[in-house]
Amino acid sequence: MDIEKANQQATTRMIEARAVLTEIAKAKDVIPGMKDNLLLHAGPPITWERTSGPMRGAITGALIFEGKARTEAEAQTLVESGEIELEPCHHHQAVGPMAGVTSASMSVYIVENEVHGNRAFSNLNEGYGKVLRYGAYDDEVQQRLRWMEDVMAPVLNDAVKASGGIDIKALLSEALHMGDEGHNRNKAGSILFLKALAPHIAKVSDDNETSATVLKAIGDNALSVLNPVMAACKVMADTAHGIAGSTIVTTMARNGTDFGIRVSGLGEQWFTAPAQIPKGLYFPGFGDEDANPDIGDSTITETAGIGGFAMAAAPAIVTFVSGSPKDAVNATMEMYEITFAEHKHFTIPQFEFRGTPTGIDLRKVIETGLTPRVNTGIAHKNAGIGQVGAGLVRPPMQIFEEALVTFAEKYGI
Amino acid sequence: MRTTKVEIRRGTYYDSIILMQLQLSLSQIPGVNNAGVMMGVAANKEILKQNGLLTAEAEAAFPDDLIISVECDDTTTADAALAEVDNLLSSRKSTSEQDYLPKSVEAAAQMLPNAKWALISVPGQYAAGVAREALRLQKNVFLYSDNVSIEDEIALKHEAGHSGLLLMGPDCGTSIVNNTGFGFANQVRRGPIGLVGASGTGLQQVTARIDQLGSGITHALGTGGRDLSAEVGGITALQCLGLLQRDPETQVIVLISKPPAQTVTTTLLQSARTVDKPVVVYFIGYPAVTTDENSHNIHFARSLDETAELAVQLVTAAATPSPAKNKPVRFAKDQRYLRGLFSGGTLAQESLFILQNYLPNIHSNIAHEKEQQLNDLKRSREHTLLDLGEDAFTVGRPHPMLDNNLRLARFQQEAADPEVAIILMDIVLGHGAHPDPASELAPAISAARTRAQKAKRELEIVVVLVGTEDDPQNIASQMERLRTAGARVEKSNTVACAYVGQRLQRQLQPGKLPPVDLAILQEPVAAINVGLESFASSLANQTAAVVHVDWRPPAGGNEKLMSILERMKKAQNN
Repeated sequence: MDIEKANQQATTRMIEARAVLTEIAKAKDVIPGMKDNLLLHAGPPITWERTSGPMRGAITGALIFEGKARTEAEAQTLVESGEIELEPCHHHQAVGPMAGVTSASMSVYIVENEVHGNRAFSNLNEGYGKVLRYGAYDDEVQQRLRWMEDVMAPVLNDAVKASGGIDIKALLSEALHMGDEGHNRNKAGSILFLKALAPHIAKVSDDNETSATVLKAIGDNALSVLNPVMAACKVMADTAHGIAGSTIVTTMARNGTDFGIRVSGLGEQWFTAPAQIPKGLYFPGFGDEDANPDIGDSTITETAGIGGFAMAAAPAIVTFVSGSPKDAVNATMEMYEITFAEHKHFTIPQFEFRGTPTGIDLRKVIETGLTPRVNTGIAHKNAGIGQVGAGLVRPPMQIFEEALVTFAEKYGI
Repeated sequence: MRTTKVEIRRGTYYDSIILMQLQLSLSQIPGVNNAGVMMGVAANKEILKQNGLLTAEAEAAFPDDLIISVECDDTTTADAALAEVDNLLSSRKSTSEQDYLPKSVEAAAQMLPNAKWALISVPGQYAAGVAREALRLQKNVFLYSDNVSIEDEIALKHEAGHSGLLLMGPDCGTSIVNNTGFGFANQVRRGPIGLVGASGTGLQQVTARIDQLGSGITHALGTGGRDLSAEVGGITALQCLGLLQRDPETQVIVLISKPPAQTVTTTLLQSARTVDKPVVVYFIGYPAVTTDENSHNIHFARSLDETAELAVQLVTAAATPSPAKNKPVRFAKDQRYLRGLFSGGTLAQESLFILQNYLPNIHSNIAHEKEQQLNDLKRSREHTLLDLGEDAFTVGRPHPMLDNNLRLARFQQEAADPEVAIILMDIVLGHGAHPDPASELAPAISAARTRAQKAKRELEIVVVLVGTEDDPQNIASQMERLRTAGARVEKSNTVACAYVGQRLQRQLQPGKLPPVDLAILQEPVAAINVGLESFASSLANQTAAVVHVDWRPPAGGNEKLMSILERMKKAQNN
């Protein structure tokens, strides 16, 4: 067996994948295996019993949105009876930030890989404040979801189609040169997204008022491009998955209770351990004691070579961890030690345009004792309160150790 | 009295993270109960309101205003806190400037791509693994760590050797490369003496003495104490000798070691004889001999002190230009063997004796050992040396000192053999000998060389010319004509044989290990340091480029995981 060759193949595929946003459609119409009584969620598989506050809130909110429940208790009964099924987004070519809860009638971005032909999906971003992805589900949240579904999604779909597709990979490459790292900081990327959509929104919508509100919703939200970016990273990571003998990590995801990874050469098996509380800065009035354990599929960005791995490109956000721009440089330097390749298209200007560290190599994580560095938002542990801060988190070492042992057993090493 | 004070800053933009940081710093000031630093957008005002930080003034702020709000025990504290804002914002700049410390040799290699060296001083059980990684990255290794198994040492040295890299050590305490000391080393003046040593303190003593005697060194290369054991076979010492031989700055070589294994002594001395520089040898405890009868370039010393003194003395001698050196010709790949065609019995005997020190298995009609005797006198094999004056050749013919026909025929036969590199012949002048041997031999030499060249070979002819100026054949004219024909002519049989031995030995060597790149000695030292941090700072103090690795045991020292990683690497290499 040639691990080097397998990893070379995996990372080359990941790097060469082209991710183009082509369409927005209802989850049940496009996501493979999606059905009315199924909810997709972030992270590895989980049962209701083990879900954290924000995940419960998001599940409840999605069931209210689908008209299947009115309260958290009703949601619990539906899920525990098996009437409503829970499955990871990752089992359906999808990803979602924070709770990542996606239901059948919600609209999703479709990102297509023009090189390898696979696609990935991600829900629409609601913006800041009280939002479903942080477990809020009251009327205000429902109204926004309804508006997004009824007003924003059709306009976006028409505009995206009119544009002929938006190349998210090219957008990311540019955003990295504008101070984004693509995970916690998507300010530049979201403006580029707005710029790409605006003329088409103006063209496809015959109502100025609608155009204005949709444009404002996208423009006000510095995370508006996060979801297409995540779907783009997902198509890239998926092309690297399932290569025999490869030790490249192709999934990192958290459900608010567990942190899980999957490895290219180890098929669909998850390796999980309790998720940790991120270290970071809190909004006024909040602190460590309010934080929920790490949550969300947005670690797909680090999996694909951006986010925390491209920290050197985004020195402005290094203060999340009380650091200096030098720490941003060191964060990326450190990730070069556990990755197999350097990205050809995602580059860092101040490193003389060296490619970002790409393709987490299980072997190197174990050898160096360095776990991947993840930039993340911090959710309140109780449903409905929302984001309370942002910071840095690392997956538990134990899941990489278990994956290595399993790899050795599977391949008779 | 608890009070909330607000400062509004117009048109200032800070990243929200900077603001969160400022807010944290403000709330840590004694007497400050809560702080909020946010841009004046509606959502932020709502957050401030919930936390009791929204005053009427803040309420009126525009979205691009910066609101700084503190809730304090009293007004004085609040004013003081707000006065701190600028300091807090500017103090953020003065954070640590320390550069990134890589965690792996690979990352260090990327940071310092021109590093040719890795200094390794991690605990013994991890040393071989780190050294292997360094070799994989094409680094020459100074392995200070001890407690490395002999099996690992042999494997590492073979791996290094085949990649044209040096592995000094394990347990190598001292080296000086191009003015830069590795490990423990004295500050020694630069000069013409190069050293190879299997003994760290021995190297330190001799280099220090050389300095005291007013001379200096090019390089002092440590090999590790076990290098000259029979098991390791002196791989590193031989590589270092080769390097110093090729190093134009090195005029005299010193070789010191604790007593080496007998087999290694022989190999090492054979190798030292091929060097065209004086070599001072001190094998501590080796039965002292003062001269090597087989070679003019080896000088045995009897103490570390004498080693230094001899080396310094020899520098002066080496500086005088050596007698006319022909530029050595380059042999074709298959040209490996010597054919000696002698007319004089004693000359043949002595040549065989001398050349046996350089070449394995010389076949001869005058050899004592059965396996060296030539079965078929008509056909030479491998290295062959013939006394053509022996009875078997002279039955019914005149002696070859009188008549060249037999030797000319044999000469042409040998010259046509593509495996032949050098033909060695004697020409004895004087009364009774052939009146003008050059008249017959010179044209034959010239013709043979021309034919060989047409066949893309370089045939070298070495002639020992025995005679005096008063001999009837005119020795000057003989020499002149032989040289014009392309022969190398020596008047001393010993010198001629030593030359032939060295030439062919060098021809034999490249087959074994590729030479180590001389650039590693000539370029300013750039190194990766793994282990003792003091070695890194010592290199930096000597103005060498160095990257220190923040090394930790692989897999956190977990043996099971380490063995999996090791097996993965092995499987990869096979």
